[in-house]
Amino acid sequence: MNLPIALNRIRSKPWLWSFLAALLVWLATLGFTGGEGAAALTSSALSFSAFFVIVGVGQMFVITTGPGNIDLSIPANIALSAAVGMKLMDSQNSLIALGLAGVLGIGVLVGCANYGLIRLLRIPPIIATLSASFLLQSMAIAYGRSVRIAPPELFYQFSTGRWLGIPYLALAVALFTVLAGYLLTRTRYGRWTLAIGQNMRAAELAGVRVERVRWATYVLSAVFASVCGVLLAGFSGGASLSMGEEYLLASIAVVVIGGTSVAGGFSNVPGLWGAALFLYLLVSMLNTFGASAGVRLILTGVIIIAVIAAVSGRKTLRSL
Amino acid sequence: MTVTQAALVDLKGVGKRFGAVRALNDVDLTFRPGECLGLIGHNGAGKSTLMHILAGTLSADSGTVLMGGADVRNGYSVQVARQHGIRCVFQELSLCPNLTVAENTRLTCPGLRDFGWRRKAGALIVATLDSIFPDHRISPGEVVADLPIAQRQMVEIARAFTCVDEHLALVILDEPTSSLDARVAGQLLHHVRRYVESGGCVVLISHILGEMLATCDRIAVMSDGCVVEVRGASAFTHASLVECMGTVSKPQDQDRVFVSRRDGQPPVVEQLPARQQNGQAVAAWPGEIVGLAGLAGQGQSQLLVQLLRERIASGKRVAMVAGDRQTDGVFSLWSIAENISISSLAALRHGLLIDPQAEQAMAAKWQQRMNIRTPDMNNPILSLSGGNQQKALFARALASDSELILMDDPMRGVDVGTKREVYAIIKEEAARGRTFIWYSTELEELNHCDHIYVFRNGQAVADLPRNELSEAQILRSSFQEEVA
Repeated sequence: MNLPIALNRIRSKPWLWSFLAALLVWLATLGFTGGEGAAALTSSALSFSAFFVIVGVGQMFVITTGPGNIDLSIPANIALSAAVGMKLMDSQNSLIALGLAGVLGIGVLVGCANYGLIRLLRIPPIIATLSASFLLQSMAIAYGRSVRIAPPELFYQFSTGRWLGIPYLALAVALFTVLAGYLLTRTRYGRWTLAIGQNMRAAELAGVRVERVRWATYVLSAVFASVCGVLLAGFSGGASLSMGEEYLLASIAVVVIGGTSVAGGFSNVPGLWGAALFLYLLVSMLNTFGASAGVRLILTGVIIIAVIAAVSGRKTLRSL
Repeated sequence: MTVTQAALVDLKGVGKRFGAVRALNDVDLTFRPGECLGLIGHNGAGKSTLMHILAGTLSADSGTVLMGGADVRNGYSVQVARQHGIRCVFQELSLCPNLTVAENTRLTCPGLRDFGWRRKAGALIVATLDSIFPDHRISPGEVVADLPIAQRQMVEIARAFTCVDEHLALVILDEPTSSLDARVAGQLLHHVRRYVESGGCVVLISHILGEMLATCDRIAVMSDGCVVEVRGASAFTHASLVECMGTVSKPQDQDRVFVSRRDGQPPVVEQLPARQQNGQAVAAWPGEIVGLAGLAGQGQSQLLVQLLRERIASGKRVAMVAGDRQTDGVFSLWSIAENISISSLAALRHGLLIDPQAEQAMAAKWQQRMNIRTPDMNNPILSLSGGNQQKALFARALASDSELILMDDPMRGVDVGTKREVYAIIKEEAARGRTFIWYSTELEELNHCDHIYVFRNGQAVADLPRNELSEAQILRSSFQEEVA
């Protein structure tokens, strides 16, 4: 086979790298344990990755809209949505729908608030969403002060159940990512998002409704974070204030490791899965090796930097 | 500097490929001191690529680059080129938009150092600007992003002629006049002649035949990556130049009968420029081609953008062909096809999703109609030459279902043959009832318009139907002093 063509084909699928990295880490872990616990490891990796992927999709759309766009309110949003969802459901199966509607409502409101700060008050997204997250966290503290409420039985079963060892959640999120992939590449919204990320002025002159797309993007990101929050509460048997913490770095890391350009305008959905699996498996590999918490954090950081450095070497055919 | 007969640079058998595209093929060309060499050819003929090789930003795949008799092709770079006194002003402007004029000058003049370099750089660039463009009105403290494109181009040109303790032998001017109005372009060409007579060498690339014939000593004609003809400029005429480039010169249809379309119907557009003080609006009727004339940067582009924004906000269809490709037009990460379809996505939907087959069909149709030179419309847009990128932008606007098409000096850097093709398509579309509003810096293009508004200081100061159009009339309106 012609080598340049083969290379080009690989370059046009930047998500391959993240899957390759995840596979290598998976093999290394199993090599260490001698193949023991392969099913359990894979199954829990799928569960936890599903949560990373949900918020990763939202963050990916935000980052796609161009330099400076980022949603840092995800962790606080997760905490607030989890608390509100559990309270509305009140451990009763009949109230699940109400709880979900409430959580979606929160997502829409948070997204509108983020966009409002960015657009009306002209605050840079990084600061707007960070300050919004303080407000959300305070609300979560005030609202979730009461005793820990357990999720309704049905909701708990859905969040933790498995089919042939595959978590229901992972299946649902896999379907969701297929839809998100179509949204990005085959709808007007997705194309417009990619166009804005490459050149906002050119996009406007080409007839793209720039501000509507940005609004929709921040709302999408917040809604996905809210959904992630309530599912996480179902999965871990109730809401807690700190449950969103690790999702700040994770949501950005899965996007970037997955092959999306931090500069915007170039994104892909499958890479989110590869990156999420990679992140989870990396931590469990280091656990298996018996690394201390400090070493684990250092190695995680170093490996993420290495992957990003390796992935970000895209060049165009003719850069003139 | 003593004038010698020895060549500054001698290119022999130079070749360059971009993937499957052969941009240059066995090019021989000599650059001598004390001479202005013109380089002309259709879009994608390889002019810019050849100049990039001379300036060291691209390296040749084959052949020799002789300087002072030695082959310097291996290890040749921008630094080496600058050591030999080679400077260039490229079609795509290379100033840093976030820096001031003086700071940009410092970037290419490493000799400016120590305390007060900003002031020294400012004085230096203003002195050069004064000598090339008297009455330029550019201050060295201005941030480049705030300057209109014509003034940016002037700074870029002046910077190439500015040097501190460095040797300057050859200046490449790639389409230097494309964003300048006729008066400023004249000042530049005058300066080129003075510089050449003092022993320097200038390579001039332009699509305006008149200025090539008047300014150059020798003209090299390029076609499909080869130099096909080199002659003294006096041995060429308008017609023979066009013939050499491989395009057929057609007599202008000056005596077409002018029929005004401004009858009883209401206009599609009636827009008051933002700075207009009297009630003179720019109006356009269905099927009309309306021209916006005047010196460059007098508010014509602003009117178009203002009109575009208002129409989009009120949900009316509109499309625009940008002239400043890099900042206003091209999506650089996308293929040619995606760049064309972005303004027509609603029409390409099949159910909820965009239909890839419909998208490919649209790309194929417009590749054929605009004659976009590429083996595959799924190639990246940046694999095209500048003129072909411009054709893709035309295709984007024309492929949309918009009844109103705005054109912001869209023929910058487009060759004569392509221009004629595009003019014909514009007329065809206008005959079908589409309305065009066309800002142009080239007087010749206004002959294609049915109605012309001349701009000065952000206002429409004259309103002429084509039968009253004359160059003198436009120039008079452009330069008229305020009457008390």
